Amino acid sequence: MTYDAIIIGGGHNGLVAAAYLAKAGRKVLVLEQRAVLGGAAATEEVLPGFRFNTGAHDAGLFRQEIIDELALEKHGLSFISSPVAAFTPRLQADAPPLILWNDLKKTAETLSAISEKDAESFPRYIEHIRTMTAMLDEIILRTPPNLFENRFADLTPWLKSGLKFKRMGKQDMMAFLRVLPMSAWQFLDEWFESERLKGLLGSTSIFGSLQGPMAAGTAFMLFYQHLGAQNSGLASSRQIKGGIGQLSDALAAVVRAQGGEIHTETPVQKIVFENGVATGVQLQDGEIISSKIVISNADPKRTFFELVGARHLGPEFNRKVRAIKMKGSTAKLNLALSALPEFVNAPSGQEHLQGHIVICPSLEYLERAYDDAKYGRFSEQPLLDITIPSLLDPSLAPEGKHVMSITMRYAPFVSKKADCEHYGNHVRNKIIDTLADYAPNLRDCIEHSQVLTATEWQREYGMTEGSILHGQMGLDQLLFMRPIPGFGQYHTPIENLYLCGAGTHPGGGVTGAPGRNAAKEILKKR
Amino acid sequence: MPIPTPFHSRTAALCKSHEWRDWAGYLAAVTYEPTHEREYWAIRNSAGLIDVTPLFKYEISGPEALAVVDRIITRDASKCAIGQVLYTPWCNEAGKIVDDGTLTRLAEDRFRVTAADPNLQWFEDCAFGFDASVRDITAELGALALQGPLSLEILRKLAPHAEIEKLKFFRQLETKMAGIPVEITRTGYTGDLGYEVWCASTHAEKVWDLLMDAGHNYGMLPAGLAALDISRVEAGFLLADVDYFSCRKAVIAPQFSSAYEVGLGWAVKLDKSDFVGKKALQQEEQRGSQWAFAGLEIDWPELEKLFAEFDLPPQITGRASREGVPIYKNGKQIGKVTSSTFSPILKKYLALCTIEAQHAKIGTEIEMEVTVEYHRKKAPARVANTPFYDPPRKRATF
Ligand SMILES: Cc1cc2nc3c(=O)[nH]c(=O)nc-3n(C[C@H](O)[C@H](O)[C@H](O)COP(=O)(O)OP(=O)(O)OC[C@H]3O[C@@H](n4cnc5c(N)ncnc54)[C@H](O)[C@@H]3O)c2cc1C
Repeated sequence: MTYDAIIIGGGHNGLVAAAYLAKAGRKVLVLEQRAVLGGAAATEEVLPGFRFNTGAHDAGLFRQEIIDELALEKHGLSFISSPVAAFTPRLQADAPPLILWNDLKKTAETLSAISEKDAESFPRYIEHIRTMTAMLDEIILRTPPNLFENRFADLTPWLKSGLKFKRMGKQDMMAFLRVLPMSAWQFLDEWFESERLKGLLGSTSIFGSLQGPMAAGTAFMLFYQHLGAQNSGLASSRQIKGGIGQLSDALAAVVRAQGGEIHTETPVQKIVFENGVATGVQLQDGEIISSKIVISNADPKRTFFELVGARHLGPEFNRKVRAIKMKGSTAKLNLALSALPEFVNAPSGQEHLQGHIVICPSLEYLERAYDDAKYGRFSEQPLLDITIPSLLDPSLAPEGKHVMSITMRYAPFVSKKADCEHYGNHVRNKIIDTLADYAPNLRDCIEHSQVLTATEWQREYGMTEGSILHGQMGLDQLLFMRPIPGFGQYHTPIENLYLCGAGTHPGGGVTGAPGRNAAKEILKKR
Repeated sequence: MPIPTPFHSRTAALCKSHEWRDWAGYLAAVTYEPTHEREYWAIRNSAGLIDVTPLFKYEISGPEALAVVDRIITRDASKCAIGQVLYTPWCNEAGKIVDDGTLTRLAEDRFRVTAADPNLQWFEDCAFGFDASVRDITAELGALALQGPLSLEILRKLAPHAEIEKLKFFRQLETKMAGIPVEITRTGYTGDLGYEVWCASTHAEKVWDLLMDAGHNYGMLPAGLAALDISRVEAGFLLADVDYFSCRKAVIAPQFSSAYEVGLGWAVKLDKSDFVGKKALQQEEQRGSQWAFAGLEIDWPELEKLFAEFDLPPQITGRASREGVPIYKNGKQIGKVTSSTFSPILKKYLALCTIEAQHAKIGTEIEMEVTVEYHRKKAPARVANTPFYDPPRKRATF
């Protein structure tokens, strides 16, 4: 039997693509190498009773259009929002705690105890960043035009975006063009004086990249992250009930309801093609499954160099794919806790712990953390982004206990085997040591821990060099240049082979946008 | 600033003209004597010794070397025996020429490629994903071309046991000259009987001395690029950057050339395994090419008449010209001459041109622009077969 489409990878984007194709009446088969769906956005029971978001935690970026079009809420998807966006613990008791709320008024109140000036700037900042973000919002669900071919039909949808851009008015248009290539540091410096506030706001700027906040173009990620934020100025603080894996389960339910098939623990070994036309896939056990088209949810390097093979692609194409910057820098420590740790100098109650707990006292702290990574070492004083999802969703842990996930930057990808061996343990110790300064009883609360570094992202989750965005999201790797110039339309040099993962426009994060865009593009053609 | 070749101590001492040119970053003598004439006639009547070290040289080796080479070139490397040499172009994915040169199979899993331009990055890109490595060996090897009817006799004196007379056209052998290991290929850029001698650059001076000594009684002369350039036009050989542009240097569409458009269609093997540019070349072959490469013979009596209008004898440069000149048919421009020369041995005014394919048939009458006393004129010319000069000894077996 021949499928209309085989999707390699049951990450959320693969499932979104599969759902749209299935909904359009295509016979689809999703093949996922792991036992669980979701890829970098999965929920896994690492220890009995403890369910962790092993990769992504925050679901604020996921597109409402997709939720509506696929009726995901009917398939069991529901969100929980925290009133608090972020809290930054502090070692010294010399100043009030810094908390960003989704309620602008509350944030301004908190800030006025830190800096009157910043408290006053903050609402204007939110307005500004929203204007910038609106422009991004406009292009996320559009296929980038192929500037090499200049087909008018490709460009027409962008006329609307162009018009919208024009309607921003001269001043905002200028501002948009001015801030895009800026560093987060420079951008935030123009707005605020408090190092703590800048450190917290800037902590998202280096999401998924091996760059410091002083690097040009890092301001972009502030806007991208803000797509999921409400009024916090930071990122979203919206989690999925039952864990982020529920998103993939809901998507899988849509696929199955439309007659699609999903096989887990089924790694694809090779993409099969004849005369430059993809005809199916070969599994690790040698079985060949044929299909009219093949869609890869794996990142571009894995797709082209492992599943297709460089020798079957042109040297010019290979050179561009090799040049994709995708060195990972994110590690994650998942902790099963017997009790909630207590943070020093923190307000009473638990509300402030429901969003992100961020350790990034200043942008300089972050830039210095990057200094280590620049030379291949993990940060002596790392950025920690901590969540305790069980606070708002007790179903994730046994009663009275908690799951805590700590995303650490930077723990750069190491390629030498000898370096990999103890890397995870060193990273684990570094995270716990750092956090224990802020939460002295942390160690007593830990029942179990799981550490995931770039090595594990690559080996177990299939993300080349541990790049959680399937390629850094610098300005040179966005839009029609994602994954590489000339191939921004989800197609590949192999006919009937498409990409649908985070390595394509608009990029990484749990947006579902690459999957939806790819499916729309494919349906337009066939 | 160009650097000296490993033969420089010898060539510099002989270069009375002091006329040097930058050839691929090396100093290369244009003529040794004040004019090139004797050097040209040495190539055609006895032998000329030319320092061709500046050619870029690469070694591709490893278990999958053959697959890599076959991916790069348009000819079929699997049909290249050990000790065989192939002249071949290589193209980019759009079928446009990157460069041209020779491929020598040194062993089952080892090849040497010569090129006009740097190709290390390109070859490495082509080798990515294969079990093979690419090395730039340009500086490690000295290369001398010994070209002309007496070249065989001279080499035989130096390597009497090597049976060089049995070496066939486009074959290679390894031997020793006075104890120095050398490689000899029956190749060259003059269209005559000729050989190229390859040696470690550390042995270069010694090899030069041996050849000069052996050639002394045969009227052999060191020859520079001016003499070589006339010979290669007579032989109908392409020169990169002159007769075509590498796709890496072309900036606008008309500057790109496919392998077909430079007259190398015979070297494009569409029936072999996949190679870079195959798809595009296949399509071009079916569609037909826009341009063709052709030889031209300019009508001398008519040229004389054009000059006679101004009471002048024909004035053309004594050397080969690399100037681009428009060519016309019925008053419409149909291409350009890219190299031209007066051929001393054929006594003809010859040119190589890129011409609209429909006008490339042998015998087609066209016109070439000439400037006579600052006036633009058109001289009649005829599309002619290349090589213009093709002595049987070039490929003869002895
Ligand atoms: C620690 C961490 C924290 C993050 N935090 C956030 C966050 O808070 N918010 C946010 O929006 N984003 C976050 N991200 C980023 C986000 O998770 C990813 O960018 C996104 O999930 C990528 O989705 P995808 O479907 O494109 O790719 P993936 O999720 O990588 O899916 C690819 C799938 O393909 C499978 N696969 C690969 N090769 C094969 C093969 N040969 N055969 C079969 N299957 C194969 C993989 O197993 C995987 O399931 C985070 C990521 C990490 C790792």
